[in-house]
Amino acid sequence: MSVLAVREHHRFEAAGRPFVYLVPSAAIFALDETADDIMRTLGNGARSLAELVAELSARHDAGQLGETVSELARVQAIGELAARPASPKVLPLTPFPLTTMVLNVTNQCNLSCTYCYEYGEDKIVDTENGRKPKFMSEETARESVDFMLKESGTNQVAHLTFFGGETLLNFPVLKKTIAYAKERAAALGKDVDFSLTTNATLLKPDVIEFLVEHQVGVTISIDGPKEMQDKFRVFQNGTGSYDIVAPRIKQLLKQHRRRPVGARVTLTSDTLDITRIFRHLTDEIGFWEVGFAPVTTSPGRAHAISEQGYDRMLDGFRALSYEFLEAAVAGRHHGFSNVKETLQEIHKGMSKAFPCGAGLGLMGVATDGDVALCHRFAGSDAHKLGTVRDGIDRVAQQAFLEKHHLDNKTDCSTCWARPVCSGGCYHEAHTRYGDTAQANLHYCEWIRAWTHLCLEIYGELAERNPAFLAAFDSEPAEPVN
Amino acid sequence: MNHLKSINRKAARIEEVTAPAEDVVALQRTPLPAGGHIPVGCSLVFSPGWEADRLGGTAGLCQPVERDLFDCHVGCYWPAQVPDQLNHAPDWTSKCAAAQKDWRKIDLIFP
Repeated sequence: MSVLAVREHHRFEAAGRPFVYLVPSAAIFALDETADDIMRTLGNGARSLAELVAELSARHDAGQLGETVSELARVQAIGELAARPASPKVLPLTPFPLTTMVLNVTNQCNLSCTYCYEYGEDKIVDTENGRKPKFMSEETARESVDFMLKESGTNQVAHLTFFGGETLLNFPVLKKTIAYAKERAAALGKDVDFSLTTNATLLKPDVIEFLVEHQVGVTISIDGPKEMQDKFRVFQNGTGSYDIVAPRIKQLLKQHRRRPVGARVTLTSDTLDITRIFRHLTDEIGFWEVGFAPVTTSPGRAHAISEQGYDRMLDGFRALSYEFLEAAVAGRHHGFSNVKETLQEIHKGMSKAFPCGAGLGLMGVATDGDVALCHRFAGSDAHKLGTVRDGIDRVAQQAFLEKHHLDNKTDCSTCWARPVCSGGCYHEAHTRYGDTAQANLHYCEWIRAWTHLCLEIYGELAERNPAFLAAFDSEPAEPVN
Repeated sequence: MNHLKSINRKAARIEEVTAPAEDVVALQRTPLPAGGHIPVGCSLVFSPGWEADRLGGTAGLCQPVERDLFDCHVGCYWPAQVPDQLNHAPDWTSKCAAAQKDWRKIDLIFP
C-alpha cells in the first residue's frame, strides 16, 4: 500500500505565514494552510493518502487535499515512505576553474596578535623558523599570476587577493604584481579583480593613493573600539595598535570611495559586545560593512569562546539581523555582512557538498609558490595541492575532494542545516580536531540557530520587500578572511 | 501551483523543471504552445470538408483525441473505432462524465 511521509525539511514562520526549507535541495516554499496542515500531520507519522484525507477532511476540502498532496510530492516535500530518494555522491568535474587566488606575499607580521592562527599557539606552519622565504619574490608572484590566469579556464574574471602575514610589508612586490597581472590579463582578454586584507598599520598616504588608483578592494582586520582592539591586536612590545590604525583607516575611507571597504572582526571570549563593536566601526569609524567571525582556536585557550559565549554571540547577531531587516524593508543600507552573505546563499538555494571553495575555486599560494587549500594552510606540506610552476596536483585535489565530500560526514547526514554549513571550515576543524575532514561539531547548535534566524529574515523580506532579494541576483562574492 | 509558492531561486527552478508537460492540445489554438505539442487531432487527416468546421468556420475544428473520439463516433460521418456499446461494453464510458476533463478515465476494453 502506498504510504506517504515527509522528506527532510525545516519549517519556519515569517511575516505570519509558514514556510519550508527543503533538504537537500535548499528550496524554500511558502505554504498555504492546507499544505502546512499536511506537512505537520505527516510530520507526526507516515500515513496512507486515504488516512490523511480522512484525518484532514473536516478542515479541508478533499479535492484540495489531493491537489496539495500532488504539489508537495512534486517538489519532494513529501514522498512514498518506501522510496527514499537516493542522493548520489557527486564530485565536481575537474579541472574546476580557479575563481580566486589568495597570494600570501609575506608570512611576516608587524603585530603580534595573541590569537593569530599563523603565529599563535595553534599555528600549522613554523613561520618563524621554517624553510619558507619570509617574503614572496617578484618572480614567484609573476609565476603565480600566470598560474592563476591559466587555471581560471574560461572565466572572464580572475580574483586576486593579497594576504599575509601583514600584506603591506611586501608592498613593493604587491605593486609590481598588479602591474604584471594587468598586462598579462589584457593580453589574454581577461580581467583581474584585486583585493587585499591588512591590519591597517601601514596605510600610509602613498599606499592609500595606490589602492585608490588601482581600485583595490580593501578588507581591514580590526576588533572594535580601543579597549577591544588593544586586548589582542598588539605590537611585539605589547602596545595596542588602535591609536596607530584608527586615523589611517579614517584617511583610507575618506579617499577610497569607489569600492566599499569592509571591516573583519575576530570575536573572542573577551570581546563579544557585538552591537557596540558594530556601532563603533560603522558610525564612528565609517566602515561600509562589518563581518564577524569567532576566533579559530583549540578549546582550552583563554580567548576561546565558551558555549555561553556562543549564546551571547547569537544574541548579538540577532539584534543586528533585525536591524538589517528593517533597513532592507525600508530600502536603506545596513552593513552587517554576516546576515547579508547568508541571505545570498539562501536566495540562490545553495546546497553545498563542500563548506567553501577551498581546494576547488579558491586556493592559497605560499611565499615560495606552493599551492595549498586556502590561505590559512599556505605553506603547509600536508595540505599542498601543487605549485604555481607545475600547476595543480590533480591527483591530490581529487583525493581531497573525495575525502571531504559532505557524504563522508556522517555526523551531518541528519542535520537540516547541512546545505548551508556542510560541516564548516576545514581550518577550524584542523585546529579543533586535528583533521580537516571532521565536521565542526562544537558549533552545530549555533549554526542551526543562526540558519533558522536567517531563514526567518529571508521569509520576512520575501513578503515585505522582494525587490531587495532580487538584487542579489546580480551580486558576486565570497570574501576571504 | 496553488498551495505552494516558490520563494527562492532554487524553488523557482524546481517548479520550472517539474512543470507538467502540455499533453493534449487543441489544434485550433493560436499560437500553438511551444514545447511538447503532439498533433493528434484528426484534422491532420486530409479529407474533404475538414478544413472547416460544420458551421463553415474554423473555431470548432477537431479537438484533441478525446473530443475526436466522441465527435467522430457520435456526431460525424467518420467511423471512429470504439468498443461495441450495444453488446460487449455498454459501460465503457461510464466514468467519463465530461470528456474534456475525464477522458483519461475511459476504460480500455479487451475482447
